[in-house]
Amino acid sequence: MLQNNKISWSDPEYLVEMRGIVKRFYGRAVNDRVDLTLRKGEVLALLGENGAGKSTLVKILYGLYTPDAGRLAVRGRPACIRSPRHAISLGIGMVHQHFTLVSELTVAENIALCAPPARRGVLLDLAGVERRVRDISDRYGIRVDPTGRVGELSVGERQRVEILKALAGGAEILVLDEPTAVLTPGEAAELFGVIESLKRGGAGIVLISHKLEEVMAVSDRVTVLRGGRVVLDTDTRRTDVRALAAAMMGRETPAPSRRAARKPGRPVLDVRGLRARGAQGHEALRGVSFTVREGEIVGLAGVSGNGQRELAEILSGLRPASGGEFLLRGVGMRGATPRRLAMRGVGRIPEDRMETGAILDLSLKQNLILERYHLAPFSKRYRQVPGEIDACAERLVAEYRIAAHSIEIELRTLSGGNIQKAILARALDPRPSLILAAQPVRGLDVGAAAFVHRRLLDERDRGAAVLLISEDLDEILLLADTIGVIYRGELLRVCPRGEIDRDRIGMLMAGVREGTR
Amino acid sequence: MRLRLEKRQPLPFGARLALPFVAVAISFALSFVLILLAQANPFTVFYYILQGALGSRTGLAETAVKATPLVLTGLAAAVAFKARFYNLGGEGQLYLGALCAAVLGLRLAIPRPLAVPAIMAAGCAAGAAWALCAGVLKARCRVDEAVVTLLSNYIVICVVSALLDGPLKDPRTMWPNSPPILDCARYPILLAGTRLHAGALAALAAAAAVRWMMKRSVLGFEIAAVGANPAAAAYAGIPVRRTVVLVSLVSGGLAGLAGTGEVLGLHYDLVEKLSPNYGYAGIVIAMLGGLDAFGVVCAAILFGVLITGAELMSRYTGVPVFLADVIQGIVLLVMCAVFVLTNYRVRVTRCGEKSPVCNARGAAEGGAR
Repeated sequence: MLQNNKISWSDPEYLVEMRGIVKRFYGRAVNDRVDLTLRKGEVLALLGENGAGKSTLVKILYGLYTPDAGRLAVRGRPACIRSPRHAISLGIGMVHQHFTLVSELTVAENIALCAPPARRGVLLDLAGVERRVRDISDRYGIRVDPTGRVGELSVGERQRVEILKALAGGAEILVLDEPTAVLTPGEAAELFGVIESLKRGGAGIVLISHKLEEVMAVSDRVTVLRGGRVVLDTDTRRTDVRALAAAMMGRETPAPSRRAARKPGRPVLDVRGLRARGAQGHEALRGVSFTVREGEIVGLAGVSGNGQRELAEILSGLRPASGGEFLLRGVGMRGATPRRLAMRGVGRIPEDRMETGAILDLSLKQNLILERYHLAPFSKRYRQVPGEIDACAERLVAEYRIAAHSIEIELRTLSGGNIQKAILARALDPRPSLILAAQPVRGLDVGAAAFVHRRLLDERDRGAAVLLISEDLDEILLLADTIGVIYRGELLRVCPRGEIDRDRIGMLMAGVREGTR
Repeated sequence: MRLRLEKRQPLPFGARLALPFVAVAISFALSFVLILLAQANPFTVFYYILQGALGSRTGLAETAVKATPLVLTGLAAAVAFKARFYNLGGEGQLYLGALCAAVLGLRLAIPRPLAVPAIMAAGCAAGAAWALCAGVLKARCRVDEAVVTLLSNYIVICVVSALLDGPLKDPRTMWPNSPPILDCARYPILLAGTRLHAGALAALAAAAAVRWMMKRSVLGFEIAAVGANPAAAAYAGIPVRRTVVLVSLVSGGLAGLAGTGEVLGLHYDLVEKLSPNYGYAGIVIAMLGGLDAFGVVCAAILFGVLITGAELMSRYTGVPVFLADVIQGIVLLVMCAVFVLTNYRVRVTRCGEKSPVCNARGAAEGGAR
C-alpha cells in the first residue's frame, strides 16, 4: 500500500466514506452526488424504490462499476475500487440475493474457493479451512457445519455460508442485498442475531431492504435514495415507518386496506393430487389438492423451492404433471398448452417477469397483446391490424397507469414496476375467471406493489378466483381469504385466514407441523 | 491500465440506423492500407471499382446480376436469424434449388408463363424441404440447427458433384456440367445486350414480401417474439415450435429460389462452381442489413458493386480481384466490432504498480471538478 496516498479529506472514523458519487448511464444520472458513510459497528439501511440507485451505488462500492465523479475512501484511505477482487482485498464483502455457491461442494470447499487459500505446500489445507470456518462461526454465532454439502442446506443456511465466505475473506464491511427476501420469519430472526454479533465485533453492515419494519428493527441509521439522490439520512430511532415510506416515494400513500370478501361462489380451479418432478428429478410436488372459488383469493405461503415454481408452471401449461389432475370449471386441463389455458380464461402473472413474463426487446404494445395478437380484432386472417393494436395498447397504458412516453418504446427501457403493470394489464384485460399470481410484487417498490394488490382485490370483488403464490407472509396475510402453506411439495394446511396466525404460518413454512410445537 | 466492457443503454434509433454506414466507411479506410501494400493508389482503386460497377449500362446490369442471388440468400439468413434459427445452410439450399431448376428445365416443355413459375416453385420447395429437416430436428429434438445446416451443405454439394459427373453430365461435352435448359424455362432478359434477367425483379418482390411478413403479418409477430425471448413467447402461448418450423421453410425457400434464379437467368445449366459462396455471403449481408429486408437489399447492392467493380479495377491497376473478398471480410469484422461497441462501453482504468489504492488522486480530482 502506498502510504503517501493518505490524503486528509477523509475521516478515519468511517469504514466507508463515499462523497458526491455520480454515475451516469447514457446521460441519465442514476447516482447524482450521493453521499454514503458507514461507521464501525453500525448497521446502515439503504432504502429506496426500484430504480432509485441503490444497487448502482453498492456496485460501485464492490468494484463492479466505476463512478463518473466522486470520492471514495475505505478506512480513511482514498481508494478507487477496480474489481470485486480488489473490493475483497479492501475488506468489503457482499452477499447477493442470488447465491453464488457450488452445491456439489461442502461448505468448507466453497469457502476455500474464494477466501485466500490455505495451503500446505501445493495442497489445499482443507482441515485448516474447516478450523477457520469453525472459528468464525463460533465468534459470530453463525450456525453452520463446515463439512456439510451445500446442496443439502436450506436457503437460510446457504445465506449463512455466503456471509461466512465474506468473513473468511477478511470482510469488515458487509453488504447484504435484500437478505430476508428468501427467508422464513424464523430464519430472518436468526439472521438479525448474526448481524447483531457482527456489529459487536466491529463490522459495518450495509443492508438493502424493501421491508420497512425490518429496517426499523435492525438498523442504526437509514439512508433513503430517491431518483438517484439522497433524500433522507438519519438515525433510525429518530424516524418511523410512515416517514421512511414518505421519503422513499415522495408522497404518503396509504397501503391497500384489507377488504372483506363476499361469500365465495362456485369452484373455478380444482387441483386434485397434483404431482411433479423437479429439475433434478426429485419429487417437487407430492400430491397437492385444493380448490379456488369465485370471489376468493387463496394464498399459498412457503419458502421458495418447496414446489411453488413447479405448481405455477403446471397450472400455466409450461410443465407436464407426473400425476394428479386439475380442473377448470369442471373440465380437466392437465397437459393443456399455455394458449388453451389463456383462452379458457386463465390470467397468468409469472414469477420471473423479466425472463418469462415479458419480452424486453419487443415494444410495449407488442407485449400488451402478447397473448391475444392472433385473435380478432388484433389480426385478420394472416394480417395484423395495427389500428386495433394501438388503440388497445393506449387504453391499457392509461387504465393501468403505465409510465411510458409511447406505446412503441422497447419494454426494456421501463422500470420493473411498469413492466409488472404491463404484464398485469395483459393478464387481467381479458377479464379472466382464474388469476394465477406468482410472487406478483417481488422486487417492486411500495407504490407499484400497492397498485398490484389493489388490482388483485378488484378482480376478486369482480368475481374472479385468485391463486396467490408468495414468499412474503405480509402479502399473504394482506390479500388472502384462504391460506395454505406449502412445504417440500406438500400442502401442510389450508384454512380460512381467520383461523391461523402469523407465527403458526411461520412455523409451518419452516416445516414444523401441528402438534409438534 | 485495464480495459473493461460495461453494458450501455440502447442507442437511439437514428444512431442505430447510421451504424452500417459507419462500419462500411471504416472498412474502406482499412482496405486503403491493404491497397497501399499492393503498391497501388487507393483512390484510383476505388475510382475504378465505382466506374466498373456503376459507370456504364453494362456495369449497372452486371451489379444487379451479382446482387440478385445475394438479396435472396441475405433474406433467407435475415428471416432465420430474426427467429434465432441459425440457418447456415444457405449454400446447400441454394444448390438444391439450382439442381431442381436444371433437372426440370431440361424436361418441362410447356409455355414459358407456366414453366418458369412452376420451376421457381419447385426450386423454392426443394430448398425449403432441406431446411425443414433442420427446423423439425430443432423443434422436436432440440438439435442444434447451426451444426445441422452447416454440415448439410457438404452433403448437397457432394451430391451435386456426383450427379454432374454421372447422370446429369452433358453428353456433348467433357465438362462436369448439365445440358443447357430449354428456352421456355429461362427467365426473360430485362435489358437487351446485358445479362440482367427477371430474377432481379423476383428478388425485389421477395424483399418486399419478407418486409411485409416481418412487419405486418401474424407470423412476423411470432418470429419477433420467438427470436427475442423463446421462453416468454412460450409462456404467452405463442406456438414456438410451429414458428421455428415455418421459419425454416421460409428461409430455405428463399435460398432455394436464389439457386433457381442462377440457373434460369444466368448460367442456363448447372455447374459445380455455380455459387461463389453466395449462401455464406448471405449471412454477412443479413447482419450488415440489420436483419431487415430493406437493409438486406442495400447490403447486397454494395456487395454487388464490390464484386463487379473489382474486375475492371483489377484490369486497370493490377491489384488482384481478391481485394473484393478481402473488403467483404473486413466489412464483416468491423460490423461485429461496431455491434459490440454500441452495446458495450469500453472503460479504461489506469492504475499505479500493484497498488490497491491506486488512482485515489485521480478519483479525488474527479470529485473536485
